[in-house]
Amino acid sequence: MRHGRWRFLAGALVPALVLHAVFVLSPYAQAFYLSLTDWTGVAGEARFVGAGNYARLGGDSLFLHAVRNNAVMLVVVPLVTIGIGLFLASMMHLGGRGGRRGIAGSGAYQIVYFFPQLLSLVVIAVLWGFVYNPNNGLLNGALRSVGLEGLTRSWLASPSLALIAVMAVLVWSSVGFYVVLFSAAIDSIPRELFEAALLDGAGGWATFRTVTFPLMRESVHVAFVYLGIAALDAFAVVQVMTVGPGGPDGATEVIGLSLYRNAFQYGKFGYASAMGVALFFATLTLAVLALRSGRKERLELA
Amino acid sequence: MTVTRERAAAVAARPAPVRRGRRPGTAFPVHLAMLAWAVVTALPLLWAVVSSFKTDDEILNEPWSLPATPQFDNWSRAWTQASIGRYFLNSVVVVGGALVLTMLLGSLVAYALARYEFRGNRFIYYTFVAAMFFPVFLALVPLFFVVQQLGLLGTYHGLILVYAAYAVPFTVFFLHAFFRTLPGEVAEAAFIDGCSHGGVFFRVMLPMARPGLVAVGIFNFLGLWNQYLLPLVLNPDPDRYVLAQGLAALSVSQGYRSDWSGLFAGLTIAMLPVLVAYVAFQRHIRAGMTAGAVK
Repeated sequence: MRHGRWRFLAGALVPALVLHAVFVLSPYAQAFYLSLTDWTGVAGEARFVGAGNYARLGGDSLFLHAVRNNAVMLVVVPLVTIGIGLFLASMMHLGGRGGRRGIAGSGAYQIVYFFPQLLSLVVIAVLWGFVYNPNNGLLNGALRSVGLEGLTRSWLASPSLALIAVMAVLVWSSVGFYVVLFSAAIDSIPRELFEAALLDGAGGWATFRTVTFPLMRESVHVAFVYLGIAALDAFAVVQVMTVGPGGPDGATEVIGLSLYRNAFQYGKFGYASAMGVALFFATLTLAVLALRSGRKERLELA
Repeated sequence: MTVTRERAAAVAARPAPVRRGRRPGTAFPVHLAMLAWAVVTALPLLWAVVSSFKTDDEILNEPWSLPATPQFDNWSRAWTQASIGRYFLNSVVVVGGALVLTMLLGSLVAYALARYEFRGNRFIYYTFVAAMFFPVFLALVPLFFVVQQLGLLGTYHGLILVYAAYAVPFTVFFLHAFFRTLPGEVAEAAFIDGCSHGGVFFRVMLPMARPGLVAVGIFNFLGLWNQYLLPLVLNPDPDRYVLAQGLAALSVSQGYRSDWSGLFAGLTIAMLPVLVAYVAFQRHIRAGMTAGAVK
């Protein structure tokens, strides 16, 4: 039985480890070093500049725009998406007596809601670029056809609206996924609890607040982490959909786009790597905060 | 992780909704709210499909109307002249190759780490798992030069290797827990019958892990098919553009030529395979993807 054990283990692990080391681990490690140099892509000509790149980030107004926009998205996109997702998921279960497994057709609704999640963000960005088109787009067309001509805007060209337009697309594309996720979480709550709440005379909102929501906290938690990570990215939608790209006056600039432009258009590879490291620490902070609050929640439930 | 699979199983094996007496007062507003979001979701998609059959003139002047006569020509123009067909096939080659490689390597590593005790086992596991928490943007610049130095820039196999390298960590993470819970007796019986280690893996354990493989396979397929950042940086040759990349390039250049109908047709073509797969496997897909999220 021991025969060939090591040969099998080596065969199973070595190819994947080589791939992992070459294409994943080594680039991540190199990025930290590169962020301390002024490398412009010429082999052997990377000068060590210490924290110079990081100091420059603080004075790069476009990058600061990007940080601000990512921060706004980090707060707004998860809140709105989870809000709508929770609302729709609990609505689906509200119709039936006992607050669970409710209204007819909820399966069909879930199928429709979920679909955008499967589309590439590029497809979504191109689609919404059309929707927002000021002259022949769906949105302004709809407003005109119901007589709200005065509300038509050039959505992506106006600095005060462009970021909202981008966030709306992110929310639109992810709500369905979280409806399905939350719906599954509600389904796994024991039916007796809803029946008890009903016997106690709790209405829909009271049941949601005291029974449903506390018992699906973990799912909501996961949703916050995932949407937060997506909000720190937002690269594809911004790069494909917004003017510039990056929006009027950097109104929709995001960190990923700044990084991409500095690296692959300006050739400032060292500087771009510093942005990557900054993004890494933002993601890490988010993950650590989420883990810590998650631990607290579990204790409360226990 | 046990939670993950339980939930996946819960979603997959969910019984058909039981209809019960409803309070008539709540049903109507509830339906209205649900219908409203369904319209918000579906309308832009339907609008794009309808627009793909219209003339440029109709698109520009009557965004809400149906096409007078369906313009099938838009589709063939998008497929051939705008190269959507070529991009489509590039995507099939790259994603197909990467998916096979990812599943093979990912399941081998997950199995070896889950079922064999050896020094460094935990270390290797965490090396893979840690990579899931790093943003790809951090690796982007060095990755470009690694791929360039290996002479793999703008090649199918280069893209396949990189796609697989970035999809393997999650696959390992997901399948590791799966292999741990499979019963060991069957494998032991196979060993006694003289089966080799590789034989036990391919002929006994892998078939037993099928539900997990399907779930993570669907997850990987969608992730790889929709990949944009990696090809954007590593695949500069327009002849080898993948679908997402080609569509993005087209939306910029078509904008100037204002071939609106062709671009709508291209967009619809890009959505179609995902829609077909979704209609065919929708329950599996939703179960697999939500299971993937609740790590």
